[in-house]
Amino acid sequence: MLKINDLHAGIEGKKILKGINLEVKPGEVHAIMGPNGSGKSTLASVIAGKEEFEIKKGNIELDGEDIEEMAPEERSHNGIFLSFQYPVEIPGVSVTNFIKTAINESRKAQGLEDMPANEMLKKIREKAELLEIDRKFLSRSLNEGFSGGEKKRNEIFQMAMLEPKLAILDETDSGLDIDALRIVANGVNKLRGSDNAIIVITHYQRLLDYIVPDFVHVLHDGKIVKSGGKELALELEEKGYDWVKQETVA
Amino acid sequence: MAYTEEELKKELETKEYEYGFYTDIESDTLPKGLNEDIVKAISLKKNEPEWMTEWRLEAFRIWQEMEEPEWANVTYEKPDFQAISYYSAPNKKPKYESLDEVDPELLDTFKKLGISLDEQKKLAGVAVDVVMDSVSVATTFKKTLAEKGIIFCSISEAIQEHPDLVKKYIGSVVPQKDNFYAALNSAVFSDGSFCYIPKGVRCPMELSTYFRINQAGTGQFERTLVVADEGSYVSYLEGCTAPMRDENQLHAAVVELIALDDAEIKYSTVQNWFPGNKEGKGGVFNFVTKRGLCENNAKISWTQVETGSAVTWKYPSCVLKGNNSIGEFYSIAVTNNYQQADTGTKMIHLGKNTKSTIISKGISAGKSQNSYRGLVQVNSRAENARNFSQCDSLLMGNECGAHTFPYIETKNKSAQIEHEATTSKIGEDQIFYCNQRGIDTEKAIALIVNGFSKEVLNKLPMEFAVEAQKLLEISLEGSVG
Repeated sequence: MLKINDLHAGIEGKKILKGINLEVKPGEVHAIMGPNGSGKSTLASVIAGKEEFEIKKGNIELDGEDIEEMAPEERSHNGIFLSFQYPVEIPGVSVTNFIKTAINESRKAQGLEDMPANEMLKKIREKAELLEIDRKFLSRSLNEGFSGGEKKRNEIFQMAMLEPKLAILDETDSGLDIDALRIVANGVNKLRGSDNAIIVITHYQRLLDYIVPDFVHVLHDGKIVKSGGKELALELEEKGYDWVKQETVA
Repeated sequence: MAYTEEELKKELETKEYEYGFYTDIESDTLPKGLNEDIVKAISLKKNEPEWMTEWRLEAFRIWQEMEEPEWANVTYEKPDFQAISYYSAPNKKPKYESLDEVDPELLDTFKKLGISLDEQKKLAGVAVDVVMDSVSVATTFKKTLAEKGIIFCSISEAIQEHPDLVKKYIGSVVPQKDNFYAALNSAVFSDGSFCYIPKGVRCPMELSTYFRINQAGTGQFERTLVVADEGSYVSYLEGCTAPMRDENQLHAAVVELIALDDAEIKYSTVQNWFPGNKEGKGGVFNFVTKRGLCENNAKISWTQVETGSAVTWKYPSCVLKGNNSIGEFYSIAVTNNYQQADTGTKMIHLGKNTKSTIISKGISAGKSQNSYRGLVQVNSRAENARNFSQCDSLLMGNECGAHTFPYIETKNKSAQIEHEATTSKIGEDQIFYCNQRGIDTEKAIALIVNGFSKEVLNKLPMEFAVEAQKLLEISLEGSVG
């Protein structure tokens, strides 16, 4: 589904990603772990198409098609979803109105009519329930005055609504208390399927107790320095990132 | 990127003003220039009674002594008042019994504007008194209104048919000498609308007028007078688009509202005059005086969505004369390219327990300048006056400006006045967030701007709100580069 080949990318002349290779197949969950500044969020932004980042070398394929030239909205229409580490506020635009616009824009791109209102309502109700979201929450302005947990829950709610092929969860666990973490992880697990894939970016192994990955990759200084199964996360937790750093140097 | 910002910019720059077309209808136009003879000729053409002619002449004499105001935060080339033709009326003037009789070219113009009268009649239930080049050419729903005793007609007709009402109220809120443009308007106003709601009557439909400027080199001087008698209610809508022109067009309208005891007037405007092209050439000069007078327990609410004109100078105001009267002002002003807007309101608290609310949303893009200018004045006898003002500005890009000039004058210690102001910028992060959810940049801006303007959009009648949202989108196209 997603294939990243020797990806080098940076911002304003600064090199951040220095040759990433990664392959994600349908049905898989990959975790990307690494210390601060290792390039985790940059990788997420580059896949999603944030324009400040420049690709110097290598390519990103989605279902065999190069996506570097695609605008962020086109990547979204093709099934890429990014759950933001810091979701932005849009005052005056309700959660409902925002997700409705997003869904209908994607449908438009696929040559479909707007989703009928009753179908939309039904879907919203269903997904809100999945994430234990209160009805009142849906009419609030997007992310405005939301707690950290509400913001992340809202991200996963949007993921549930948009049903992406590839979801990238960027530090979704940060700012979550244990209850919120459980709800969010539960929601994500229910969205796992044989046709879609998830990349979980996280600093801590805690989230991986709930969303169990098939593969774990350790990112250090813009490169994947170690890959393995879910047990790698535990090993990392135990030995700390210094262990990886030392191994890389050695 | 598949669709670069450069390409986007180019495409939008070449996008013509959507409503820029010119209708070729024979018209009856007076020679250019302004003097007493022209003022008399206008009055004569309209077959006005002597008092009206005298009133105009008095205004003209006052105007001659006045200077064009310069305090507003706008710069433009002053119009040459002797190079303007002050009267122009479509030739085929008679009132039509049905739409079939209306000049087909005119109907075609309406179609382009998307204001098919037929459709409006049937679907919206809105009576439209269309003002095209200064003379009313179609009036609908008159019958229904007449049954309730409501008068809704052109001001020319009102001068003929209801002279006592006009004589009593015209100039009572905006006197001839009020300001330079009001004096000019009083001297040469060509037409406009008149509305009278009798005591205790609730107007059953939204009254609506569409204005158009459609004659090369013709200034448009509208005069609107709305009188809501005791205990009555009316909602009045005014909206407009104008054809594309090379030279600047002057528009100096006067709107007077009178809300007698316990009456309520809701006046909504969507203004979309040609703002000039991307180099700032052409466009309408909009110098408007709008003011309402509230008697005891009366309420006047102004709602405006201003997206057009090259230069706007407009302060819909409320004189809260009666005790317990309420004044409201809700405004969205959008400027793009080289547009300049200096707009706001005046709330004059004279009576006891008077209340006013001001919500102003300014959106600036391109190289435009957007100013809010507001006055809250509390008179010494206005016990317990209250005002709440909120002025929010949204900036797009690095070359535009937003300015706020709030004036507060209170002469009564019991007054409670609150003022809040915010300035924000549409961030790249907001846009990327929307993009990531599949919403392209244009749509994202529309969404963010609509969210920002929501409190004001909510005050508009439903069908107007939809139109206003579309207008916001059109006005800001190409503003991100």
